[in-house]
Amino acid sequence: MNTPSTLNPPQPPGSDWTNGGDALHFQHCRACANIWYFFRPFCPSCGDQNPPVKSSLGRGVVFTQTLVHRAPDAKFRELAPYKIVLVDLDEGFRIMAHGDKDLVIGDSVMLSFITLSDQKIPYFKKI
Amino acid sequence: MKSKVSYLVGSGLTPYGKHEGYSTIDLMSQAAQLALSDSGLVRGDIDAVICGYSTTLPHLMLATVFAEYFGIKPTYAHCVQSGGATGFTLAMLAHQLIASGAAKRVLVVSGENRLTGQSRDSAVQVLAQVGHPTYEVPLGPIIPAYYGLLANRYMYEHGNDERDFAELAVTMRRHACLHPGAQFDTPITVDEVLSSKPISSPLKMLDCCPMSDGGCAFVIASEALGDYPIKITGTAQHHNEQHVSAMKDLTHFGAQSCTHNALGQANRTIKDVEYSAIYDSFTITLAILLEEIGLAPRGQAGRLAREGYFDANAKMPLNLHGGLLSYGHCGVAGAMAHMAEAHLQMTGRAGVRQTSRAGVTLLHGDGGVLSSHVSIVLESV
Repeated sequence: MNTPSTLNPPQPPGSDWTNGGDALHFQHCRACANIWYFFRPFCPSCGDQNPPVKSSLGRGVVFTQTLVHRAPDAKFRELAPYKIVLVDLDEGFRIMAHGDKDLVIGDSVMLSFITLSDQKIPYFKKI
Repeated sequence: MKSKVSYLVGSGLTPYGKHEGYSTIDLMSQAAQLALSDSGLVRGDIDAVICGYSTTLPHLMLATVFAEYFGIKPTYAHCVQSGGATGFTLAMLAHQLIASGAAKRVLVVSGENRLTGQSRDSAVQVLAQVGHPTYEVPLGPIIPAYYGLLANRYMYEHGNDERDFAELAVTMRRHACLHPGAQFDTPITVDEVLSSKPISSPLKMLDCCPMSDGGCAFVIASEALGDYPIKITGTAQHHNEQHVSAMKDLTHFGAQSCTHNALGQANRTIKDVEYSAIYDSFTITLAILLEEIGLAPRGQAGRLAREGYFDANAKMPLNLHGGLLSYGHCGVAGAMAHMAEAHLQMTGRAGVRQTSRAGVTLLHGDGGVLSSHVSIVLESV
């Protein structure tokens, strides 16, 4: 299999879930007020440099969901079926995450984290 | 804006399914020979070779590797890579090369032993890389999971149920049963689709296209050569954010403006379309595209399929070879098969599948997860 390459520069180790931390980061542009999820050293809307990183409070609403039965590899096969959700966070950005199996569109949810074979994964529970 | 016309003068399509022992280059060669023969041209007549990528033969220079093997010395060649949109992107590129004067006779070719050339897990993992490597892939989504997300949202917005998706699978299978080259030739029922193996809710096995081996090729020329020329009169693209998590709008994907632009180049509107060839990687893909393009009202593609609306001699003949869902999907050549079938239909050579009218054809394909779009308008000469 091809190892996934990196698209976005890594954040400091342990700072958010993508590198082992218990946090969900997003960015906010001081110049144009754009809000986005995938970390970059610039604003993808206006190009402003070094936009600040913020931590989400983790509250959101399920935009859509799917229960995955056919896992891509052995690690996920042990977990299957597992729920993948797109959640709109209150701060104004959307993320893909795992969640409780019974989540449906429109559910209000709160973020937590699970660890699957050393991989930190954002996980939403209904509130 | 009116663009210059080019001509599709030959097409070649292998059967899709298992071609045990045949490589990407073998399948490309078979398809290329069929297309050349169909056009009445020989190798020396071709001045450009463009091809799509192959997951079983990743190579920096696939077009010239193929050109050497097949025996062509082109003055223009390269490989194109834009996921599922690649097949129609190649046709658009050939059209543009001719319009610009850079080439006169373009061989467009793709093939892949996607089914037998790798393990199923390997293929699933390679394809899943259209997801974001940091923010999506570590969560274990497979391609059907991305489309499952869209399908559940679609049902939520339109009040549909899973039977509506199943109807599209049943229709594609019914069409495939009339094509000797199709991977699947056994009719299926809505209940069989609904009870097929769950993949990623609400999508089941029979909502998903298969993996196939196969190849497809075209000769696109500056003149109406040979016995079977048809015109390419409009081409357009549209691209959204690459990743589902980054996509601002998961209801309007840009297929409408893309087809509108292509039809506009041809001085046509959606009302002029007599035959349609629409990308159908999953039943939900087909439902969303048909409805966004305006070939079916929102939420109604499944109902129309049940009523036979997309059959050969009904209101809007669609993918009469069986589409990706039932003719098969071998990567880049998967969508190209839609165009090869359109060529047969438009030149009266589709035999038992022949529709009575196919003067103006609209092709639309997508790549990624409805992130990249290509539309093409074909017209009889």
